[in-house]
Amino acid sequence: MAVTLRDPTGEATSLLRDRTAPLTAFDGKILALMDIGKMRGDEFIDRLEQLCTERGVATRRFKKPTNTRVAPPEMIDEIAGSCDAVIVALSD
Amino acid sequence: MKQAGLSGDGLLVFVKAACETCVMVQPVLRDLARQMPDMTVISQDDPDFPAALDSVDDRSLELSFRHDIEVVPTVIRFRDGQEVARTYGWHRADWEEVSGRQGLAPDLPDQRPGCGSRSRDPGAWEILMERYGDSNIAARPVPLGDWDDDAEACYDRGWTDGLPVVPPTDSRIVRMLGGTSRKPDEVLGEVPPNLTPITVEKVAINAVMAGARPEYMPVILAALDAALQPEATMHGVLCTTCFSSPILVVNGPVARKIGMNSGINCLGQGNRANATIGRALQLIIRNVGGGRPGELDRAVLGGPGKFTFCFAENEQDPSWTPLNVARGFAPDTDTVTLFQGDGIQGFVDQRSRTPEQLTQSLARSLMAVGNWKLCEFTNAMLVLVPEHYAIYRNAGWDRDRITTALHDALRRPGSDVVQGAHGIGEGVSPDRQNDMVNKFWPEGLLIVHAGGQAGLFSAICAGWTGGRFRHESKTVTREIKPWL
Repeated sequence: MAVTLRDPTGEATSLLRDRTAPLTAFDGKILALMDIGKMRGDEFIDRLEQLCTERGVATRRFKKPTNTRVAPPEMIDEIAGSCDAVIVALSD
Repeated sequence: MKQAGLSGDGLLVFVKAACETCVMVQPVLRDLARQMPDMTVISQDDPDFPAALDSVDDRSLELSFRHDIEVVPTVIRFRDGQEVARTYGWHRADWEEVSGRQGLAPDLPDQRPGCGSRSRDPGAWEILMERYGDSNIAARPVPLGDWDDDAEACYDRGWTDGLPVVPPTDSRIVRMLGGTSRKPDEVLGEVPPNLTPITVEKVAINAVMAGARPEYMPVILAALDAALQPEATMHGVLCTTCFSSPILVVNGPVARKIGMNSGINCLGQGNRANATIGRALQLIIRNVGGGRPGELDRAVLGGPGKFTFCFAENEQDPSWTPLNVARGFAPDTDTVTLFQGDGIQGFVDQRSRTPEQLTQSLARSLMAVGNWKLCEFTNAMLVLVPEHYAIYRNAGWDRDRITTALHDALRRPGSDVVQGAHGIGEGVSPDRQNDMVNKFWPEGLLIVHAGGQAGLFSAICAGWTGGRFRHESKTVTREIKPWL
């Protein structure tokens, strides 16, 4: 007899969305630079910010309050609403 | 022998040949059958029983399950398709009332108890419920093909930690839910990293897969409760590039009641409760929270504790203050303590004979936690074995004194541990050059008493690097809620 199991997952399916097209140029765009709070993430973001500034690319900096917890939804919404792309400094 | 079909009206009698009372009442049944053509006898184990009666074969126990039979013989009166009366065992007056026939078997004793229904054999009811009933399980059903291997199916769907799991069938889930008085649909919180809501039922499903027994459920629920506290920082512990995972320490009478190991090899393999309680929490984080290695779990190396790491504290020595009491709970309170930590660093000292010697010796090894030069950066758990503790106990040292002495021995001049000192880049901030620097936060050294009686081999578990955020990431202790 065939067995029926029960799903152990959260059964939370993501909404299927088309992937946002990568930027082809930075002209007139705003780039979010996100520090998740890992060690030396700020150094990486500092350098990226410097390189962007030298090239005339507008940036906005964001920093998670702590890497131990998830990013505040308000911060994610702000990035999504005000920037055209985001670079996340994920690791050490 | 009747094959199928029961009248909605009349009398149903459930029997089994293995029941002496059922055997005794055979003449009564034959007598009633002659008088009542609407009577149906249903046999649970032998379709030729009772002798000379055309009984319905219920070896599948479907009818017994559907009529919720607990004892045989059971006599049920139906009228217009509705049950109107029921009796069980042999009690002449009751049988006469239910059947409406007087003067039944005057040569039999007035009453005799029946036997347990086969549908109530241990483990039977949940399986019958799965086959014929409604389990009321809300989780999505995942039907397998006729030729599918259920263990492989679990692995293929990404539900396992790499080891085989017990396939979560309805009967097993219902049995697991029997381990708690909490409602299956109670929402317990949101499991990181995906912050997915979790119900008691989902806990039970993952507990089944982990191989747990129903009586472990209160401990598993408390472990999850601990993991969901904000200061447990389970999101970071899971997503970290470090080695860490929840290390669970169980205190209180429940640990002994469910057979947890606090003694020989308690940090190792071989004890079902230790192994599966920790594993259940890990499977919940994986399956409900979405914390899968290589995805949101970014551990560079990981560690064996990410399968499971759970043990009980040895509370047998009355001179030792158990961890739950040290953390503010009344003695004999059942608790789970969650420490965010790594694997085991063995501590070997077979020569120290005084508490002072042993303290210095332990401190030297504890300094290695994280990095010899990192301070106030990670917490640590010291699992102190009985023979090492005996050195302290025999000198009159208790938990508080040992902890204080270790902190004192772990305090060093900043010049020794600042970045660059001793030609080593790692270390504390240069502005600590002239300070005396503590290795751990005052609350950051957790001592647990456990292990076999013989052997001067304690263990140090380094804490997660998130411990440097003293007010964000903390050890969490939660009470295990009893059956209500």
